[in-house]
Amino acid sequence: MPATDPEATGTTPPAGPPTRPAGSRAPWAARVAAGGAPQARRSAPTPLHPGAWWLWALALGTAATRTTNPLLLALLVAVSAYVVISRRPHAPWARSYGAFVKLALAVLVIRLLFTTVLGSPIPGTHTVVTLPEVPLPDWAQGIRLGGRVTAEGLAFALYDAMKLATLLICVGAANALANPSRLLKSLPGALYEMGVAVVVALTFAPNLIADVQRLRAARRLRGRHDKGVRGMLQVGLPVLEGALERSVALAAAMDARGYGRTARVPAAVRRTTAALTLGGLLGVCAGTYGLLTAAGGTYGIPVLVVGLAAALGGLWLGGRRTVRTRYRPDRWDARAWLVTGSGAAVAAALFLAAARDPAALHPGVVPLVAPSLPLWPAAAILVGLLPAFITPAPETAAKEPS
Amino acid sequence: MIRFENVSVTYDGTAEPAVQGVDFEVPEGELVLLAGPSGVGKSTVLGAVGGLVPHFTGGTLRGRVTVAGRDTRTHKPRELADVVGTVGQDPLAHFVTDTVEDELAYGMESLGLAPDVMRRRVEETLDLLGLAGLRSRPIATLSGGQRQRVAIGSVLTPHPEVLVLDEPTSALDPAAAEEVLAVLQRLVHDLGTTVLLAEHRLERVVQYADQVVLLPAPGAAPVLGAPADVMAVSPVFPPVVDLGRLAGWSPLPLTVRDARRRAAPLRERLAGREIPRPAPPTALLPAPPALGTAPRRPRLRAKPAPGPTAAPAPYAAEVRSLAVRRDRVQALRHVDLTVSPGETVALMGRNGAGKSTLLSALVGLVAPTSGTVRAEDAVPHRTAPRDLVRRVGLVPQEPRDLLYADTVADECAAADRDADAAPGTCRALLTELLPGVTDDTHPRDLSEGQRLTLALSVVLTARPPLLLLDEPTRGLDYAAKARLAGILRSLAAEGHAIVLATHDVELAAELAHRVVLLAEGEVIADGPAADVVVASPAFAPQVAKVLAPRKWLTVAQVREALA
Repeated sequence: MPATDPEATGTTPPAGPPTRPAGSRAPWAARVAAGGAPQARRSAPTPLHPGAWWLWALALGTAATRTTNPLLLALLVAVSAYVVISRRPHAPWARSYGAFVKLALAVLVIRLLFTTVLGSPIPGTHTVVTLPEVPLPDWAQGIRLGGRVTAEGLAFALYDAMKLATLLICVGAANALANPSRLLKSLPGALYEMGVAVVVALTFAPNLIADVQRLRAARRLRGRHDKGVRGMLQVGLPVLEGALERSVALAAAMDARGYGRTARVPAAVRRTTAALTLGGLLGVCAGTYGLLTAAGGTYGIPVLVVGLAAALGGLWLGGRRTVRTRYRPDRWDARAWLVTGSGAAVAAALFLAAARDPAALHPGVVPLVAPSLPLWPAAAILVGLLPAFITPAPETAAKEPS
Repeated sequence: MIRFENVSVTYDGTAEPAVQGVDFEVPEGELVLLAGPSGVGKSTVLGAVGGLVPHFTGGTLRGRVTVAGRDTRTHKPRELADVVGTVGQDPLAHFVTDTVEDELAYGMESLGLAPDVMRRRVEETLDLLGLAGLRSRPIATLSGGQRQRVAIGSVLTPHPEVLVLDEPTSALDPAAAEEVLAVLQRLVHDLGTTVLLAEHRLERVVQYADQVVLLPAPGAAPVLGAPADVMAVSPVFPPVVDLGRLAGWSPLPLTVRDARRRAAPLRERLAGREIPRPAPPTALLPAPPALGTAPRRPRLRAKPAPGPTAAPAPYAAEVRSLAVRRDRVQALRHVDLTVSPGETVALMGRNGAGKSTLLSALVGLVAPTSGTVRAEDAVPHRTAPRDLVRRVGLVPQEPRDLLYADTVADECAAADRDADAAPGTCRALLTELLPGVTDDTHPRDLSEGQRLTLALSVVLTARPPLLLLDEPTRGLDYAAKARLAGILRSLAAEGHAIVLATHDVELAAELAHRVVLLAEGEVIADGPAADVVVASPAFAPQVAKVLAPRKWLTVAQVREALA
């Protein structure tokens, strides 16, 4: 196995009592150098802005909403899956992709099941199977249980469900590729504390899962069965207890590290902030009300705009209270533009194709025909592969803690 | 720099103060060690420095604590964040973000340092702590030693004047502990940082301390002084001090080097004497009941079993060319290990070497990728948990995981049911191992050592011939450790085979018949404890270093030989 872990590949620990001169860097240098994990030492290129991944994935998802052609949808899934597989980091959040794929499959199955059992509004002639129909009382008119299942109905349901499934997989791709906490770091200063709360919540879920696994292993050690619902329930309380204790410890640690420090701002600024924020929000409410009622058509828009401006001003002034600075904020660089652009190009191409050639993007089900692959929209979708080549490859190998 | 003025802390709902009469001053740029047995309030004193006691824990603090001139009564922990960096016992509870680099930057971000300053300090700290290769790794994937270094790094980056550490090396292997201590040493020498740390493993830290604050007993006033003076009266002391007291050296040596320079006469006195070794096991445990359910897949035998099949398995545990892959990482490869009944084996090796994985494989939590694992007549990962508990018992790293019930009595009753033992078995074991624990105590209210003993009793209720312990001395003081060593020794004498994964070289020296060293999932040494341990400087106990070249391992051996 290649030497991939700096800690594990260090040579025998340094000998003797540690009376080395205080300035010596030998031990760490030795460990790092001896570890010699080439992948780890290579200077890591800056990761892509997480927002770019989200825009790319959402653009692919938008493209998916423009077509029901199963070949094009499958191509979209393949493109996003290829990028995910080649570019997802070895991080806990990246494992969510599998969950999204399973969810998408569940959507397909459920949709087909419903069509089979409840019938389909699509008229069809190719009967696949005839289920016994359950007679329903007349208050349930319009609902059918069982009966004829046609190939057309199934095909329509499949196409429709594939659209939703593709959308879900694209969202899953964004989840796997972009670090959620880095995305939250891009929030404005006044919302920072809320962002931290979300980040903490995000890191909590994996810890909770690890706790459950550990406690279930411990159940096995006690000679009880570690599987099944009962096993799950019995570890529930200790897991929650542990989570609570950890959150208290974390709160203490965060406080000790300066979370929630505020700058002293003059009382006038504080009052202005409060006034602007409150007044702005009231203005937004009043403006919206005005827009929605017939009588307020004249003052609606100006009040809304003024309210919005006041609220934003309050938010900006509120940001002055936080003393916080940002460490290496993600920069929106050329690669981010390219990645976003490639996604947008796919979406734009499919919008265009949907306008120009709706028949190719929505293959008919009545009469039932085999869908064909329209050439240039398919070629356009392949543009979405661009991120797989221009973004940095993820670092390899992660070592399991003992 | 840190000043305690007649401080006492009383937590809500307790009559007695947790600490009282604390009155000392830590001058700038000193490394001060806070020592004492478990439960004397070391963590309380440490928490008071950063203001977490009483702002976060509740309770009443009388007297005054000032840090760099700021009174903790009027300054909240967040307002002390720029002068005090605190690392608690569990580094995982300390992390706010999810990657190493972000974690290092978090404190500085909160304090509002300029971006270029932050960037420079993160790079410096990555180098200082040897974390450069891990900078973008998710914290969840780091090993224990790496986590500890990240935790220290994360409070170092704001350049606090005071660093407060609660047991920074307890979870670390000897080499990683030396690294962390070298870093602290460097901070004290180069940056003038004031360090206050509490540690149970005095043999690792006492030689670095400028002063020692000793809390001798719960509620007793602390004793402050030079390390050698305090160690002379301390109820907790490292083996080298024990040896010094035994030999009557004065002033007491604190380092192996000091002791060696004075040890020549002692070595001469010991020259002709036999080194007492643990007696080979004689007793045999009754065989566990036959497996209830046949394994699902028929086991293929390479060769027909020779001789009478009724004979007990020769080994309590047998591992043959075991390989385990977990999550793309080769955790173990080609591991061969046999443990005979009555034998105590210490598994050692750095954090992440595969010790815990090997124990998990022996208890069936991890299925082997290739090779075989057997515990007596059972294949652990294919045996039902109910049958397995009568063959193998594991006390996990966190003994609390094993305990579910609200009271000790319930826990014991549940253990009896789990093990199909006669009611009262577990309670009787507990009373024998740990007298004085009442039935209605909540397991959470027990001390670290008591909880470990309770978990041990629960595991022993099923009388498993093979007993596994993962890192059993973490958080134990010397008295609790000595008690545990006594218990384990008598279990081995009864015929239990014991495997302990530990970083504690002194415990291994005291207990183990054999030591197995693991590195990168491979066995790199396997032999009698005296040979393996003495051959490697990092794993040699202090007594062995002092009395080399002869293989004395513990003070108890020396004492016995001199008696």
